[in-house]
Amino acid sequence: MAHFFLHTLIGQVILTVLEALAVLVPLLLGVAYLTLAERKVMAAMQLRKGPNVNGPFGVLQAFADAIKMITKETVIPSGANRFLFLFAPFLTFSLAMTAWAVIPTNDGWAVANINVGVLYLLAISSLGVYGVLIAGWASNSKYAFLGGLRAAAQMVSYEVSIGLVIVSVLLAVGSLNLNDIVLAQRHVWFCLPMFPMFIIFFISALAETNRAPFDLPEGESELVAGFFVEYSALAFGLFFLGEYANMFLMSGMVSILFLGGWLPPIGIAPFTWIPGPLWLIAKILFCLFVFIWVRATFPRYRYDQLMRLGWKVFLPLSLVWMVLTAGFLLATGLLPQGGAS
Amino acid sequence: MGTLDRTVRSFLLAELVAGMGATLRAFFKPKVTINYPYEKGPLSPRFRGEHALRRYPNGEERCIACKLCEATCPAEAITIESEPRDDGSRRTTRYDIDMTKCIYCGLCEEACPVDAIVEGPNYEFATETREELMYNKDKLLANGDRWESVLARRLELDAPYR
Repeated sequence: MAHFFLHTLIGQVILTVLEALAVLVPLLLGVAYLTLAERKVMAAMQLRKGPNVNGPFGVLQAFADAIKMITKETVIPSGANRFLFLFAPFLTFSLAMTAWAVIPTNDGWAVANINVGVLYLLAISSLGVYGVLIAGWASNSKYAFLGGLRAAAQMVSYEVSIGLVIVSVLLAVGSLNLNDIVLAQRHVWFCLPMFPMFIIFFISALAETNRAPFDLPEGESELVAGFFVEYSALAFGLFFLGEYANMFLMSGMVSILFLGGWLPPIGIAPFTWIPGPLWLIAKILFCLFVFIWVRATFPRYRYDQLMRLGWKVFLPLSLVWMVLTAGFLLATGLLPQGGAS
Repeated sequence: MGTLDRTVRSFLLAELVAGMGATLRAFFKPKVTINYPYEKGPLSPRFRGEHALRRYPNGEERCIACKLCEATCPAEAITIESEPRDDGSRRTTRYDIDMTKCIYCGLCEEACPVDAIVEGPNYEFATETREELMYNKDKLLANGDRWESVLARRLELDAPYR
């Protein structure tokens, strides 16, 4: 049996599909419940109760929303490019899912434990811009187009500082393999020595996923709903799911890069009893809570403020920090010598 | 010194953290939401909701077709036609309120010399068609019969302030 799965082509294909399903099914359920969690948490922070009619504490609300979204009619604007219009949400959604292939949930537990994991994640999150841009363009509507442009500019700007932050993490690890990045945090999570970078990464992650207070691409007060203003029913649902899956992904990246992935806070008895994946899930859920918490707290940025923050504050800060990290590691002789794995 | 203070504060995200503290405190506070369809908020005796035509305890309708409500209605939502009844008393043959025109100002209630037309406590009379909101005399009298105990109590509570 083990031989069939590990050493024949068809066995490996089946194994990979099963592994992918083991990641995607919980992820999709998580995304469905994240929408509910967001409404609940936001409501609680605004002294409301949130959805509580469908099932106990409103737990069936996610399915009610899904059924509504599926049974509605997909409206395609007459001037829209039909193929691209329907392709864009699919792209956003599938990219958000694809990125999960390299996220390790325990030591060596990743669908694809590749040595360029970080690069892969960067590539996938950069491709995410296309979904938004294509949606904005294919809708043939000025609001959608402006929203798409804004989203593209914003995501590209913040990717720069995300990239530099990741570089300073990589300097300390000496490997692009996400598994090694987590293992390098055995003694101390990177969020402590690199605290400013952790904050910059988190804020950039907010901007990267177009979340409040950087939700200008959606900007309902000025652009109606931004790049997906023309979308309805299932296409809208896919965008929605993609956006929330991206939040999951960014939370996953924060957990892996700064919060020690599947590692417990201290490597002693009561903490090590809890299996690694649960630690990772707990960290991701905490990050998602902060995502929602931030949304419930801050008003939306103005566009020029957003760009100023990205290019004039985060970029120099992360550059300086990267140089400092490199200098510190070199001076103390802690710089990891290549090929750590 | 002021500049330094401000710079340090902005780098430590002092205000952002304070703001997030405020929302986190709200997160654990008791919620103010009323579970609306199952729980309802208190209503003042002066609440102006759906209209009703009242009757005397002996079953005689109060309205004497003086048409003061029709005259005072600023939205011209009320239409009344009247003629003497067999016993010689003047009564309405038609008393219509167009609820889509009504602005719920309560002037009809104020104008009525016999407390016949009143605005009751009911605000849940949404309908699926527009036509159902054109109330006629039967509908208004039915409302009066349905809500009479509440209506009488409300008038009694409000009387000292009139």
